Amino acid sequence: MAASILAVDDSASMRQMVAFTLKGAGYDVVEAADGVEALNIAKSRSVNLVITDVNMPNMDGISLIKELRTLPSYKFTPLLMLTTESGADKKQQGKAAGATGWIVKPFNPDQLLNTVKKVLS
Amino acid sequence: MSFDMAQFHQVFFEESFEGLDVMESGLLGMDPGAADSEEINAIFRAAHSIKGGSGTFGFSDVSNFTHVMETLLDEMRDGRREVTADAVNVLLQSVDVLREMLIAARDGGSADEERVKEQSAELERVLADKDGSGAVAADVAASEPVEAAQPEAEAEAEVEPIGWKIVFRPHQHLMRTGNDPLRIIRELGELGELTSTCDVSDLPSLEELEPEDSYLSWDLRLIGAIEKTQIDEIFEWVEDDCDFAVIPILPEGFDATQAAAAPAQQAQPDQPAAPAVQAAPPPVERRQAERRASGSDRRQGNDRRQASGSAASSSIRVDIHKIDALINMVGELVITQSMLGMLGNDFDMSRVERLREGLTQLERHTRELQESVMGIRMVPISFSFSRFPRLVHDLSTKLGKKIELKMSGENTEVDKTVIEKIGDPLVHLVRNSLDHGIETPEERVAAGKPETGTVYLGASHRGGNIVIEIRDDGRGLPRDKILNKAIERGLVKAEDNLSDKDVYDLIFQPGFSTAEQVSDVSGRGVGMDVVRRNINELGGAIEIESTPGEGSAIIVRLPLTLAILDGQTIRIGKEIYIVPLVSIIESIQIDESMLSTVAGKGETFKLRDEYLPIVRMHEAFGIQEHDAHKLTDGILVVVEGEGRKCGLFVDDLLGQQQVVIKSLEANYRKVDGISGATILGDGSVALIIDIPGLMRLAKNGGGRGRPHLALTA
Repeated sequence: MAASILAVDDSASMRQMVAFTLKGAGYDVVEAADGVEALNIAKSRSVNLVITDVNMPNMDGISLIKELRTLPSYKFTPLLMLTTESGADKKQQGKAAGATGWIVKPFNPDQLLNTVKKVLS
Repeated sequence: MSFDMAQFHQVFFEESFEGLDVMESGLLGMDPGAADSEEINAIFRAAHSIKGGSGTFGFSDVSNFTHVMETLLDEMRDGRREVTADAVNVLLQSVDVLREMLIAARDGGSADEERVKEQSAELERVLADKDGSGAVAADVAASEPVEAAQPEAEAEAEVEPIGWKIVFRPHQHLMRTGNDPLRIIRELGELGELTSTCDVSDLPSLEELEPEDSYLSWDLRLIGAIEKTQIDEIFEWVEDDCDFAVIPILPEGFDATQAAAAPAQQAQPDQPAAPAVQAAPPPVERRQAERRASGSDRRQGNDRRQASGSAASSSIRVDIHKIDALINMVGELVITQSMLGMLGNDFDMSRVERLREGLTQLERHTRELQESVMGIRMVPISFSFSRFPRLVHDLSTKLGKKIELKMSGENTEVDKTVIEKIGDPLVHLVRNSLDHGIETPEERVAAGKPETGTVYLGASHRGGNIVIEIRDDGRGLPRDKILNKAIERGLVKAEDNLSDKDVYDLIFQPGFSTAEQVSDVSGRGVGMDVVRRNINELGGAIEIESTPGEGSAIIVRLPLTLAILDGQTIRIGKEIYIVPLVSIIESIQIDESMLSTVAGKGETFKLRDEYLPIVRMHEAFGIQEHDAHKLTDGILVVVEGEGRKCGLFVDDLLGQQQVVIKSLEANYRKVDGISGATILGDGSVALIIDIPGLMRLAKNGGGRGRPHLALTA
């Protein structure tokens, strides 16, 4: 079965792009528009990887990562953040919350796939 | 992987424009000095999304520009910078520039570079302001490591290492970050020839072992022509979750003093990680280099963008519930259809009652389906209203007036086409209120009014129409001034006894302006005549109310949709016309006693207290064969348009029905007095009467000798 990936971003275009790229590479993709939605999805089904934006309404990416890490089924799941090059402190906050790593925006589909391949192999 | 990034552009632009609106209304609502952090956060998020998206989808100029805005907002958000009026203003202007850039990007053009540069400079100026100490510190922080990285690069350049010795000691918690030492080692193995020695000395006894922790360390030898940055990149995510050191393995004979200089610090076994981390160029730098490298991809993206540019403007975002309702309705329709189909297969007269039921059901479902489909095109008028807070903010500053804008009914839904076309007329009307209506603070105080004027903008549904009101508590329309001007221009005669309504209507005359001097706020060549024409073209009407010293109101009535209207079919001879039901007050048969003729003004009839003009439709439309010749033989349809009433003399009233409006202009040409055409149940074409247009026509030409408008095939 294909690995399933939860893509979280409040920007529809970004989410579509990520989902399209990953689906094109054969992954099973679930989308969420903010941390609250993502957390609900993550609780109701299991996913193999979460890729989340940082700045989002309702629940931001860092809080989402923190919440996910407290769930037994997400203890070792790779959790990636989408950050910008200016967000050095965000990366640190994310790491402290339990993020596996990050993908720096802007990225192209190849970069995204390479990174995903890296954590899912 | 290669695919067309342009497919996401449309969504990107849509959400970016929405983001701009969020930023704009947020900034306008911001109280300098006491800004709400949630508000700033929302503005920041919008800017951040636009930056991220524009970077990813290949609009680097937009992304660069937004970056500065984002930095400024970030500092405000973190409380490192005060929210000053100056900063808010500069951000507002930047929103405008950003909007221009995005529009240019969408349409495949390029933005005004000068303006972008100027605005960037403005932002930088605010950013460099003394409060922005955070920004300066960030600059320093960013540049320092780059310098630090320099000597290392030089050292490497002298002797090419044949490989690397890597010490990798994961901290106990490493696995719980979702990282896996094995994965990292495997990745290293992809770079070159890898030999590994595992150090198990830290492994505790089985009782003490925490299976979720990591206790192993590795000494790795990686041989091959590999850049140190490649290795650093693999460790990038875990550099804080492990100790690691990367030591070059030099060719034979080079492991002497000269080479030892660079990795000297790294040889300390106790803390091998720290120096390696410091020596690595910061991720920031590296990523930028990558982006430069992928520059060619971006240019391709730009080319593609042009192709999709025109498609962007013609899409619509629809609430998912509306689509669901639609699908439901179609389901119902399919069931009804199959029911009728079965009935038709073996029909006999005994089942006629079933057929009738079926048809009733079909009618209901068709109507519901129609309503749902129309609903898709309906969007809240806030799409149009949202620009006004900004407009009022900017204009009141410019005019030196204190003006408060109040809005209501922003959620009133209107057809998308109506929204698009009503925007400019509304802007004109609001500008007029601000410029001509509201007085200066001094004048207001002198007149015993509060210093701050109020402009009210409201929308509501009334009957089958939407009514938009622009009301102000300003000085009202200057009746005498308008009248004098009209007399001067020969539009009316001094002895004409005009009602207030008639006087106010004069401002809709082409080229009519009472402003002594044309200010740059209003009167930029677009007159009220254009406003009225635009509104009429939408099938709407405009009215003025005014009380001297207390203010004035402009009331715009618009149809809910441009596609379908409730109509009354009327007959003149063999011709069928449609009169919009909303224009009809009543239909009456008159007797002789109600009629009178006013010299030079044509026929009138008395309806209760009013004398109303009569328009003989067969004359207006040049129909030769008609039944009723005497006014008492036919029917008078009393209609109202733009605040005036008249009676339309027709042969007969037929039925009321909903008609689908087809544009006459698109299929033929614009015809005065006619707003469109429709196709009736029997397949024939009927023209839809434009009441205000017809009244103007009848007034100017007296109704006689008009060109033949009947649609006789």
